[in-house]
Amino acid sequence: MTNPNGRFGIHGGQYIPETLMNAVIELEQAYNHYKNDPQFCAELSELFNEYAGRPSRLYYAAKMTADLGGAKIYLKREDLNHTGAHKINNVLGQALLAKKMGKTRLIAETGAGQHGVATATAAALMGMECVVFMGEEDTKRQALNVYRMRLLGAEVIPVKTGTATLKDAVSEAMREWTSRIADTHYCLGSVMGPHPFPTIVRDFQAVISKEIKEQMRQKEGRLPDAVIACVGGGSNAIGSFYHFIEDEGVRLIGCEAAGRGIDTFETAATISTGRIGIFHGMKSYFCQDKFGQIAPVYSISAGLDYPGVGPEHAYLHDIGRAEYVAVTDEEAVQAFEYLARTEGIIPAIESAHAVAHAMKLAPTLGKDKIIVITISGRGDKDCAAIARYRGEDIHE
Amino acid sequence: MSKIAKAFAGGKAFIPFITCGDPDMKTTAAVVRAAAANGADLIELGIPFSDPTAEGPVIQGANLRALEGGATTDKVFALVRELRKDVTVPMVFMTYANVVFSYDAEKFIATCGEIGIDGLILPDLPYEEKEEFLPLCRQYGVDLISLIAPTSENRIAMIAREAEGFIYLVSSLGVTGMRSEIKTDLASIVKVIRENTDVPCAIGFGISTPEQAGKMAAISDGAIVGSAIIRLLEQHGKDAPQYVGEYVKSMKDAILPFNQ
Repeated sequence: MTNPNGRFGIHGGQYIPETLMNAVIELEQAYNHYKNDPQFCAELSELFNEYAGRPSRLYYAAKMTADLGGAKIYLKREDLNHTGAHKINNVLGQALLAKKMGKTRLIAETGAGQHGVATATAAALMGMECVVFMGEEDTKRQALNVYRMRLLGAEVIPVKTGTATLKDAVSEAMREWTSRIADTHYCLGSVMGPHPFPTIVRDFQAVISKEIKEQMRQKEGRLPDAVIACVGGGSNAIGSFYHFIEDEGVRLIGCEAAGRGIDTFETAATISTGRIGIFHGMKSYFCQDKFGQIAPVYSISAGLDYPGVGPEHAYLHDIGRAEYVAVTDEEAVQAFEYLARTEGIIPAIESAHAVAHAMKLAPTLGKDKIIVITISGRGDKDCAAIARYRGEDIHE
Repeated sequence: MSKIAKAFAGGKAFIPFITCGDPDMKTTAAVVRAAAANGADLIELGIPFSDPTAEGPVIQGANLRALEGGATTDKVFALVRELRKDVTVPMVFMTYANVVFSYDAEKFIATCGEIGIDGLILPDLPYEEKEEFLPLCRQYGVDLISLIAPTSENRIAMIAREAEGFIYLVSSLGVTGMRSEIKTDLASIVKVIRENTDVPCAIGFGISTPEQAGKMAAISDGAIVGSAIIRLLEQHGKDAPQYVGEYVKSMKDAILPFNQ
């Protein structure tokens, strides 16, 4: 889907300092070489299966289906992966690639901490040094993940600039990369940033839709009618969509974080409220003011709290292939509680945004229809924050 | 000869950088006039951006103060209009691609041409993406400045051959900010640049002392200083113009001996 310059329609590109250009060119060359290398593919496949626990289950949510009374609902259980989220797919791929390139140090940004934990995990496994940049605000919201990263041997640097959230962590990781390139790979966590990151991350996450397709054929003998996933930068969503893009009959639905509502300033719903811009290495949609200043965004979910969206999502939106809807904090929290009670599965608050939309959609569809919801991560990390949201003061 | 080329015609150039609106536009105007009066050959005016990814903490702070003070692109344009009534030294804008793009690139670049901005430096617009704005820059007579970095290596010749105005040679890895020592082998980069273009080449990032400026001017066509000037604004606020004037004079004096 990518053209040679890393464009998805008009989106994407490489809007980065000259200092980093040779690094991304080198990365692209290495990736193009290794992605077709049988040994690399075999090693990655081994890591996916034996270490991360793939393939992840496609679980038929019978109680939820019966309760909502419409379409049949399947859950793609990325929450069951090692480290508890889809992030490990991309990280194992990039860490292995970095190692092949002779890099000895991984740096990463993280929002909710899931990507940071995954990167710290891969670094521990592969004997690499690891530094994770995390907004200071997020280090407070996700204190447990900060401890997990340190336990895994990573250094966590709280980022105090700007809004002290995910976008600032990305900016700081980029700054760090410009100062130390020779031994360092920037393990970007989503389908964003300059080319070739949106393509590399998508390819490593595409294992999700590849598996859904095979599992659907086995269980139902057909393709699903809709695939629903949450979108921050959009890596679990693009991974869930990718192998269905050419299957026009499959609706692809991305759920953005509306925060307190898309008619308020406290939102992170980029496609619903943003406009086209150039930031963090890519052309895409961004929440910004009329002079192009990037807007401070808000969501209860630290992992969706980002003012932009990956360029391939921007393109899928432009051509009408995927739909993007906004889900509020309150709807996501209700879905978080609903899935816990109904199926005994506590989803990440990020994934709960996708569950919330499925709860609206399923009853409107016939019982012969099938919906797949990607549960991108597990919700243990969110329990304290959701309790606080509901007025219970618990401490970890 | 472009107006930027004239800035280098009289010998080694000293190029100060000032973030517009830090702490307010009135102070910026006074600082620009003080720099021009004390020998600045070219002035880089920063249009503040919320997320300046190429900047170190000092210039990040200036961007933040300017935005908190209410600086906008329109107010920066108004400032330049006012300055151009008496300031004749060449001036270029330094900002980020989104500031140009989201304003409407044609409206932004046409306004630059109209108000007397001679060039545009966008640290997040590498060679591969310059077509985004280059045709408009040519149309409205604004030089799109190319940057070359210590990691450019095999890209130096390609970038230099198509450079316009002047080449901004980044002295070191990393972001803007003062450094006690600059270790990059800049002379060999300058040699490759010279083999490929006659466009002048000035060095920036990490320069703060007269001694460093002299060293950089000795191997190139000029020295660019940002963070050290922003520090004066941080320290002295509205009283900064006098200090910036004195500083610019000391830097200009330091590079003068290197004129052939």
